[in-house]
Amino acid sequence: MSKFPKFLMAASVAALTAAPAMAEKLGLGRAATDAEIAAWNLDVFPDGSNLPAGKGDVWTGEEVFAEACAVCHGEFAEGAGNWPKLAGGADTLDHEDPLKTVGSYWPYLSTTFDYVRRSMPFGAAGTLSDDDVYAIVAYILYSNDLVDDDFVLSKETFLDVAMPNAEGFIVDDREATEYGTYTNRCMSDCKSGAVEITTTVVFPGDPNSGTDATPISQAVMGTAAAAAAPAEAEVTEAAAEEPAAEEAAPAMALDAELVAKGEKVFKKCKACHKVGDGAKNGTGPILTGVYGRAAGTVDGFKYSKPMLAAAEGGLVWDEAELAAYLANPKKYMKGTKMSFAGLKKDADIAAILEFLKSHSQ
Amino acid sequence: MSTETKGTGTSRRGFLKGAAATGAALGAAGAARAEGDPLITEVQEWASGLGEGVDATPYGMPIEFEGDVIRRNVEWLTADTISSINFTPIHALDGTITPQGCAFERHHSGAITLKKEDYRLMINGLVDTPLVFTYEDLERFPRAQQTFFLECAANTGMEWAGSQLNGAQYTHGMIHNMEYTGVSLRTLLEEAGLDAAGDLKDKWVYVEGADASSNGRSIPMEKALDDCMVAFKANGEALRMEHGYPVRLVVPGWEGNMWVKWLRRIEVMDKPVESREETSKYTDTLEDGTSRKWTWAMDAKSVVTSPSPQMPIKHGKGPLVITGLAWSGRGAITAVDVSLDGGVTWQEARLAEPGKPMALTRFYLDINWDGSEMFVQSRAMDDTGYVQPTKAQLREVRGLNSIYHNNCIQTWHVNANGEANNVEVS
Repeated sequence: MSKFPKFLMAASVAALTAAPAMAEKLGLGRAATDAEIAAWNLDVFPDGSNLPAGKGDVWTGEEVFAEACAVCHGEFAEGAGNWPKLAGGADTLDHEDPLKTVGSYWPYLSTTFDYVRRSMPFGAAGTLSDDDVYAIVAYILYSNDLVDDDFVLSKETFLDVAMPNAEGFIVDDREATEYGTYTNRCMSDCKSGAVEITTTVVFPGDPNSGTDATPISQAVMGTAAAAAAPAEAEVTEAAAEEPAAEEAAPAMALDAELVAKGEKVFKKCKACHKVGDGAKNGTGPILTGVYGRAAGTVDGFKYSKPMLAAAEGGLVWDEAELAAYLANPKKYMKGTKMSFAGLKKDADIAAILEFLKSHSQ
Repeated sequence: MSTETKGTGTSRRGFLKGAAATGAALGAAGAARAEGDPLITEVQEWASGLGEGVDATPYGMPIEFEGDVIRRNVEWLTADTISSINFTPIHALDGTITPQGCAFERHHSGAITLKKEDYRLMINGLVDTPLVFTYEDLERFPRAQQTFFLECAANTGMEWAGSQLNGAQYTHGMIHNMEYTGVSLRTLLEEAGLDAAGDLKDKWVYVEGADASSNGRSIPMEKALDDCMVAFKANGEALRMEHGYPVRLVVPGWEGNMWVKWLRRIEVMDKPVESREETSKYTDTLEDGTSRKWTWAMDAKSVVTSPSPQMPIKHGKGPLVITGLAWSGRGAITAVDVSLDGGVTWQEARLAEPGKPMALTRFYLDINWDGSEMFVQSRAMDDTGYVQPTKAQLREVRGLNSIYHNNCIQTWHVNANGEANNVEVS
């Protein structure tokens, strides 16, 4: 009880004690079944209550992590690109730019288990077995030097793990430390000395106009945007008036409806793969031009060993190979970096192939 | 897009040239000419020919000239747009209601497509009868309707490190304000029955979404029974997919992350879950390394939306409308002050309407600009007596490592040309 902020208690005592606005029930809805509740109620609490049966050790965790998590979080949970780092950062919380990881910041182990089980891996949430979740969490703990390499995580050992920042949190204290202070409504002579600029803006241009480096007077919306619009329209028209250019490149026939469907299916891939003009490698290689391309040939992407071996063997991403790969990546190529469960529906595969084809013209 | 405007036969290029000519005429607007303004003295095409028929656009979109008034993101802020945020174009809006189509988005696992037919809401835990509702069931409960702002706890978060982004959209655009229709959370909890929960004072509800992130949050029972709403309409129409269609939670005045989208489950509990979103995220690390948790309320805040970096003064000196937004998650806005000299002197702005609790308030200050440089600031007061603080005041208490809950006074430096920039001042 004492954990609640005082302001909240004072404000809402009335809400708790007032007679219900609606005394009689309407009889709407139906009783939830035990199976339904069990399917959705996955909460795990800091005291370990509601943990499922199962267990996982560090070394199994390393394997599962490499397959399901490392693509974003790095082989050693150190993070890849802009994706979250899960390990490191010990004793940095009182430094400038602290590194907040499971080891350095998260107060409860239950949170890691709960989150991995519900929401990971990104794009395939809810597909890990409880044993795999235990194993992944054990490996994350190991990566943070919080357990030894022979550690096995289970319901029984869950509370043996000491989280370094468990005592690092206080309940919102703004009422005591701030609210009483911020009350002075000064109207004149509120500052002594001349007002001067102490910090100028770091990114002066509009983040969307690509003009961050240009003088501010040209970067403000309205001027830059208005000036750019006619030029763009003319370029489009010029291209339209140039039919010869279109005829020069032999185009594959496309089913526009299927391309549109494929674009929707591609949402499943977008987290890792970019496509189109100006696309860059992300967690996965760019897919512009992938249709009909030799495997393992995107510049600057670090492919898995099996993929490089397949490329060496002359693998080309034609319709049949792409379809087989996308249906079940892990089965098609053991050891691929692509942590994607696969497309179950043939219609989805057909649609995405058409979409990729449209970006390979 | 068609290269021809309908019915006129004018090419897009011709149209754009026409628009440019109109722009030139606008520049000279008000200046009396001997022969008179051709837009008045000559019969214009639109005053002679015919416009579009009804049904040309069964669901209307803003006219093409307003194509700049859209949500925008900052690509390098996050790893990917699927787990990311964009910003409401508050610089270009007036009034207080945010149109759904340009109201900012924040997703943790992408915006999902969930049909009403496939929608289920479960209430379980310490209730007399765990229940499952369909969407249709929800529409049969007595309804509530009220307007609230939703502000992401990270709004203005970039600015802790100094002036970062140049535009009110980017510094303050993680906010929207909509009129919600739905059912009070209290009504649904009482339908399931709370006798099983015993003393409600130390109880919680856990709310989670149907998307892969689940985005679960624990909310104290006091708040759940006070003013939370299970909403299915915003601004009179169905929620947009990106805002949780068909059903989202409304948690008035509290950080946006708690307004769970695609709401699928409400559990009554005797303790908080301490989920990812309430421990590793949405907590505030202080200078000594300890972190505040459960910082739910959004404190009073305001910003001048025009003039601002994206809204320079183009008309030169003379009458100038300074306008902006103010809000408080702990009550109603009672007053807004504006300073033109960086906080030395302040004058009270005019509120377009009296402040409403936990909703945006529009303010105006009408001045006669003499063309000299200004350091424009605004400062909000709410009915708890709280006065919006400066960044220095906040840093004094919180240090430099905060991410969330930056409600400091914002400064725009407006130069003699009317151009505005994001700055910090002494």
